[in-house]
Amino acid sequence: MSIMKIENLQAKIGDKQILKGLNLELEPGKVHAIMGPNGAGKSTLSKALVGHYDIEILGGDITYKGKSINEMEPEERALEGIFLSFQHPVEIPGVNNAYFLRTALNAKLKHQGKEELNAAEFLRAMKGHLEMLGMKSDMISRSLNEGFSGGEKKRNEILQMLILEPEVIILDEIDSGLDIDALRAVSEGINKMKDGKRSFLVITHYSRILDYIEPDYIHVLKDGKVIKTAGPELVPYLEEHGYDGIEED
Amino acid sequence: MANEGLDKAVSGEYALGFEIDIETETVPPGLDESTIAFISKKKEEPEWMLELRLKALKKWETMTEPHWGKLDYEPIDYQSISYYAAPKEGIDSLDEVDPKILEAYEKLGISLEEQKQLAGVKVAVDAVVDSVSVKTTYSEELAEHGVIFCSISEAIRDYPELVKKYMFSVVPMADNYFAALNSAVFTDGTFVYIPKGVRCPMELSTYFRINAMNTGQFERTLIIADEGSHVSYNEGCSAPTRDEHQLHAAVVELVILKDAEIKYSTIQNWYPGDETGKGGIYNFVTKRAICEGDNAKVSWTQVETGSAITWKYPSCILKGDNSIGEFYSVAVTTLAQQADTGTKMIHIGKNTSSTIISKGISAMKGQNTYRGLVKIGANATGSRNYSECDSLLIGSNCGAHTFPYLESKDTQGQVEHEATTSKISDEQLFYLRQRGINEEDAVSMIVHGFCKQVFSQLPMEYAVEAKALLELTLEGSVG
Repeated sequence: MSIMKIENLQAKIGDKQILKGLNLELEPGKVHAIMGPNGAGKSTLSKALVGHYDIEILGGDITYKGKSINEMEPEERALEGIFLSFQHPVEIPGVNNAYFLRTALNAKLKHQGKEELNAAEFLRAMKGHLEMLGMKSDMISRSLNEGFSGGEKKRNEILQMLILEPEVIILDEIDSGLDIDALRAVSEGINKMKDGKRSFLVITHYSRILDYIEPDYIHVLKDGKVIKTAGPELVPYLEEHGYDGIEED
Repeated sequence: MANEGLDKAVSGEYALGFEIDIETETVPPGLDESTIAFISKKKEEPEWMLELRLKALKKWETMTEPHWGKLDYEPIDYQSISYYAAPKEGIDSLDEVDPKILEAYEKLGISLEEQKQLAGVKVAVDAVVDSVSVKTTYSEELAEHGVIFCSISEAIRDYPELVKKYMFSVVPMADNYFAALNSAVFTDGTFVYIPKGVRCPMELSTYFRINAMNTGQFERTLIIADEGSHVSYNEGCSAPTRDEHQLHAAVVELVILKDAEIKYSTIQNWYPGDETGKGGIYNFVTKRAICEGDNAKVSWTQVETGSAITWKYPSCILKGDNSIGEFYSVAVTTLAQQADTGTKMIHIGKNTSSTIISKGISAMKGQNTYRGLVKIGANATGSRNYSECDSLLIGSNCGAHTFPYLESKDTQGQVEHEATTSKISDEQLFYLRQRGINEEDAVSMIVHGFCKQVFSQLPMEYAVEAKALLELTLEGSVG
């Protein structure tokens, strides 16, 4: 049983069709890596899954836990457990990071019919996460992503993932702009979330991140379609030969 | 696209549009010497005040309405306005206040009960409905500290020396068209005097309400902080929902002597009219402070969410050496509202400094203009100014405009100006929604973040009110 199923997905941005009949199934507890050349549709896929405004779905279906989510609002998808770690997290001046994190967490708790956390409870719950990610405590009292370095932004994305405990986790170029320490911290956060049930979709240009988060499947995306699915043994082949030589399954 | 949702999210309903059902005594529309005489008599004013009013009327009659603001509105017929309206029964004590007025103030969230304490802090309140002050609380307790807090009409009768000395000293009678009109017809307002060395023991607050139909409101406020004193003063305002435009032309004068400080906060929520521009208050206000002595400090903080038209430039004349002027403003224009607002910082004394933080938010068809002047005089050596004017656009049919003027005669003066215009971007909104925060809360989070520097200047309980008001203004119709 898959947790998320993408069938014959066709989507456009502006006038340009990017996804041209994409099929993909995410299995619970598995790490799926999406690799492919620039312009293949990797980011479009991640945006389509979370209901971004830029994307217009032309055909096909996305089902999550057996239900179509094509018409679902972005916040509903989020509350149901779909999480996107953004490639370029946006800065929001004047919005306190801790306040934002707690608002997001409480929206989720409320959605699940659970008790919301007050500021003190929230800060206690955060402490371990911050330490693990090597984030200074002042990071959460700053404005959301404002003036954060590339590494700080990505750590903050992972912090949100840890807090919100989503079930489908989409990581869009999570390793871009990370130095080795940040990459280790971020990977540790991601690996901590592996619980045999959650499903990961790791979208990446480079295989570097896959040394830290071991994938179960490699999907090669080309011209808006998944053209090949294989095990991790495909990674060294891609390293050497690039995408050009890949034959469609 | 998110814009449709945004427009829906920012067409907030006006929550204070009810009418207080009380009997009012209203003078017939029209303005001439007899109107002035009537007002002056109603207020039981001394002869000298009547003469000053008549002088102002003569000057006003020779002046013309200014139109340099970036504002587009129907001509005002000054003869169709009634210049005096008052709840019919005379009011001497809280017990005599019409229960309907008290109820109305409760609806507004303003309780006049003497026991009322906000966050454990006493707040003395003066409430002005139409042309009269209905109740000033805590006067006796304030009197123990020598603080005078009363209506301007009372002050003219009871403290004529202070009024004669300071009224028109900051905003001259014929300073501008609307100030001259106010000088002739002002009906009530608040008077505050803080004696030497006194730190006012509580927040002072005035609540203005336009209630009667076809009337204008012309209040006049005068605050004097004597040497080494300190006061924090707050004003709020609202008006019923009506199809006609109503005129509000107020004057506020602040006098700050040596080592004294006034913190003046405004939450302006006059009825804004509807999305087609029908109805709403025309708000033409002259506010000015003079830092008369050395080391004096004045701080204006304003949150402007109401009115169809706002024309308002709270200013600081920094005459004393080392004096400080501050202006913190959030102006919101949504529906078809237009605001042309900003400040003037006039540096005269040495080592004077000023700070301007202006945040304009425009949504729907709102037009928001910042207009500010920083003037550094020849003797104002070592003076400095920092200005920051940011505009936030929500949707694509609104506008933001910035007109900063700078005149510096002192070549050493330091003047810094920063201006930004940003849109609530779809990316910001999407980011928050991807974390499970609904669109309405996401918009309000972004807007609050944008206003943070200004809200942090307000006293705590007013900051809470301002946040709530902003939410109401921008989001009332969603959810």
